[in-house]
Amino acid sequence: MNMKTILATSVASFCMAGAALAEPQAEVLHWWTSGGEARAVAVLQQEFASRGGEWTDMPVAGGGGDAAMTALRARVLSGNAPTAVQLKGPAIQEWYAEGVLADISDVAEAEGWADILPASIAGHMQCEGTWCAAPVNVHRVDWVWANKAILDEHGIAMPTTWDEFNAAADKLQAAGITPLAHGGQAWQDATVFETVVLGLGGPDFFRSALIDLDMDALTSDTMKAAFDQMRTMRGYVDANFSGRDWNLATAMVMNGEAAFQIMGDWAKGEFLAAGQVPGEDFLCGSTPGDGYLYNVDSFAMFEVDGEDAQAGQALLAELIVGQNFQKVFNLNKGSIPVRSDVSLDEFDSCAVTSSNDMAATSEAGSLLPSYAHGMALRGAQAGAITDVVTAHFNSDMSSDDAVQMLADAVANSM
Amino acid sequence: MTDTSYAPPTQSRGLKIALRWGLYLMLGVFAVWYLLPLFVMLTTSLKSLEEIRTGSLIALPREVTFDAWRTAWSGACTGIQCEGLQPYFWNSVMLAVPAVMISTVLGAMNGYVVAQWQFRGANIIFALMLFGCFIPFQVVLLPMARTLGILNIAGSIPGLIFVHVVYGIGFTTLFFRNYYVTIPAELTKAAKIDGAGFFRIFWSIFLPLSLPIIVVTVIWQFTQIWNDFLFGVSFSQAGTQPITVALNNIVNSTTGVKAYNVDMAAAIIAALPTLLVYVVAGKYFIRGLTAGSVKG
Amino acid sequence: MQWLERHVPKLVLAPSFIAALLFVYGFIGWTAWVSFTRSRLLPNYDLVGTIQYERLFASPRWEVALNNLFVFGVLFIGVAMLLGLLLAIFLDQKIRTEGVLRTIYLYPMALSLIVTGTAWKWMLNPGLGLESMVRGWGFETFSFTWITDPDMAIYTVVIAGVWQASGFVMALFLAGLRSVDGEIIKAAQVDGIPTHRIYTAIIIPSMAPIFLSAFIVLSHLAIKSFDLVIALTGGGPGYATDLPATYMYAMAFSRGDIGQAASSAMIMMMIVFAIVVPYLYSELRAKHD
Repeated sequence: MNMKTILATSVASFCMAGAALAEPQAEVLHWWTSGGEARAVAVLQQEFASRGGEWTDMPVAGGGGDAAMTALRARVLSGNAPTAVQLKGPAIQEWYAEGVLADISDVAEAEGWADILPASIAGHMQCEGTWCAAPVNVHRVDWVWANKAILDEHGIAMPTTWDEFNAAADKLQAAGITPLAHGGQAWQDATVFETVVLGLGGPDFFRSALIDLDMDALTSDTMKAAFDQMRTMRGYVDANFSGRDWNLATAMVMNGEAAFQIMGDWAKGEFLAAGQVPGEDFLCGSTPGDGYLYNVDSFAMFEVDGEDAQAGQALLAELIVGQNFQKVFNLNKGSIPVRSDVSLDEFDSCAVTSSNDMAATSEAGSLLPSYAHGMALRGAQAGAITDVVTAHFNSDMSSDDAVQMLADAVANSM
Repeated sequence: MTDTSYAPPTQSRGLKIALRWGLYLMLGVFAVWYLLPLFVMLTTSLKSLEEIRTGSLIALPREVTFDAWRTAWSGACTGIQCEGLQPYFWNSVMLAVPAVMISTVLGAMNGYVVAQWQFRGANIIFALMLFGCFIPFQVVLLPMARTLGILNIAGSIPGLIFVHVVYGIGFTTLFFRNYYVTIPAELTKAAKIDGAGFFRIFWSIFLPLSLPIIVVTVIWQFTQIWNDFLFGVSFSQAGTQPITVALNNIVNSTTGVKAYNVDMAAAIIAALPTLLVYVVAGKYFIRGLTAGSVKG
Repeated sequence: MQWLERHVPKLVLAPSFIAALLFVYGFIGWTAWVSFTRSRLLPNYDLVGTIQYERLFASPRWEVALNNLFVFGVLFIGVAMLLGLLLAIFLDQKIRTEGVLRTIYLYPMALSLIVTGTAWKWMLNPGLGLESMVRGWGFETFSFTWITDPDMAIYTVVIAGVWQASGFVMALFLAGLRSVDGEIIKAAQVDGIPTHRIYTAIIIPSMAPIFLSAFIVLSHLAIKSFDLVIALTGGGPGYATDLPATYMYAMAFSRGDIGQAASSAMIMMMIVFAIVVPYLYSELRAKHD
């Protein structure tokens, strides 16, 4: 390109920019920074740019968003909030209550979000009747991943009850295979725990115990049984599980060192990245029992000054829920689209299962928010439960003590 | 200089040689222990991801590749931008250099006052300032965020410099004060009688003596500021994030595939400036400490 | 002009002092206030009494964190000092490769723990690191599983902490050894006093101020230890390696429980106060007689 053309194009783009009413701008705080995730967000940035928007990236990874939330608080307190922030679950309503979220109802109504989103997920995006966040994807949390070759060799089918799971695990252990690949980090312990509670207690029990925090449910025999099952499963993990990252646990299943892993569907990305095929190399199934635990990522828009930024928020919200982004992003991320009208032709069989189950459970009222991934409770309450779960799993605490501690911790976190 | 090599004649020659060997062996064992993590990081950064997945972590690479280093510097994704650490590196330089300089100058002046120009209450003021060294930084994040907002430097490099200077002067003042306190007060007195003023005495008497302690202070401050993550992540915005934040973005993804070789290469790259400072200035570091800063 | 001349020292000190008043004491005061509120996601200023402190002391996790601070603090400071002193004495024996060794011992201080933590995590992991390596050499029964044992995991944090800080302490002590008066030592040697006695009876006692400096630097690191735990164990297994700093951070930033975080911060500040004030007192009294 010679000097003249550079000059000409820049003058041209300058004129176009001047012609537009407002130039959409967005500074986006998110914690999707690794290869696959970053590529998925880049899709959004490209769409945003192709509609004339200027995207400023503000990535902060770490601790499942902890570091990003630290940065967010500092930014809000200094009166310099980012335009759009990756937020999820009750945190959205908490931030709304602080009076710092923008209203994006105009976009939501124009795009008819109320009709295309499952009701329980739409509920997370609304604050006192207005729309305050845009959902990106649905991760299912209650998955069990398995190494197909190992299951075939030992004649084991994917378990549909926890008893079946235990029987399969005992058999595998006798054969010298680690039954459960697990990483001993608090959030992973909590992930396993909530699938056990859902499986043993059923959707209604899950709701009263881990969403409504009903004291009777928390101290019930069902809850004790859940802790008993956790104790049993503690025997199924290998000796080196402490502090292991979830992806290393996934690698154990891939390499045939372990049979099962209980983890959300981001684990699928690891299998796919290693060139494995669902149904051939690895199996995916929901954890034993009914129900569906979802973990929905979303973006909330913060109150900002300036027409450009507000235009950016509107455009961003529209694009996030748009068909194209929903498809491309979720193909990259391993999750499924939030809206039901996206074609799943290009998605793999696990994603199709997930989508069908979501529709069915939404119908049956057993589509539930994941407590372990910050969808069900305020941070302080979820954290208090996780403390007990991880303390129990990593010690020889009895289930009776655990249940008592759980009740105390929940009461103390109110 | 402690000189203990003239061993008393009671020790036999053989024992002496054995002791000597034992000494070197001990020092060697410790050197291995100190180097082990760096060794793991280095070898991992030179392996391919395939080899890491299949092989032992503590093993030499079967095939050395520098791809991870290239990726970490200029290709790794730290968000939707995949430009590696490079752009953030310069943010850190722009932030660390002025912050180190300002806090060192302030520390020198403060230390000079507290050590040589005692006035009523100076010690209490010094003690109060010193206490600032011990305040856990997590405590100050939120009120500091508000302050930066009021000062209108939130999210900017000057804002970060400001924060690092504020929480750095406690230590720099301590270093300089402990150094200057060993310089005889008569020197200042004599200069005063000759008619020299406050700044003149500092400039022509104290500054020329200060090289060792300046080195110590600069090393300490540079290490602290370059490696800081908490302030960097809280008080930056897009475009002003320092290298530790980018490093964290590369290393700490939660639901993505982990490239350990790139992680390790990125970590070493991020640490190179401080490593360089330690290797190059290490000698002066000990000398600076010897020269008085630790005599307290 | 006269006035200015006389007050220059005060004027020079004033900005730093005001900064300390505002940004250290002002913020401590702010934290104290918030610790008596119900602040959650963001700070609010409606006082509600001591409920946050009651919650804090009812929390088993906080108890673990405080215990850990004690265990970690004592061991970390003790071992780092001992090792630092030992290495300094060794290095002071006219070692030929001193320059190289010194740099090797010192370099960990230059690295941020964000990733050396990962390297340590691998090495301490029984399946990946030391244990499997030693077993690979043929010692099948060798076992090193501290990091996975809730009762022992805090000691792995001590190991990594000592690894990082002991070189710096070594530098402090080495500097101290080099500034001890050589004449006294020569005299002692002429009198036929054995080397180890020269160290224990003459050199080490004369370095008392350095022990204090090292103690202060180390206790500052111990109380602020945060990256170390996050990178190495993430507070686990369970919350067995939680420290007050990580507890506070978790409450303030991942759980949106700022009031609770503020109350834990105040307790931390009191611990710091209890350690630092006697030091400052002795430090500033002893001089300038």
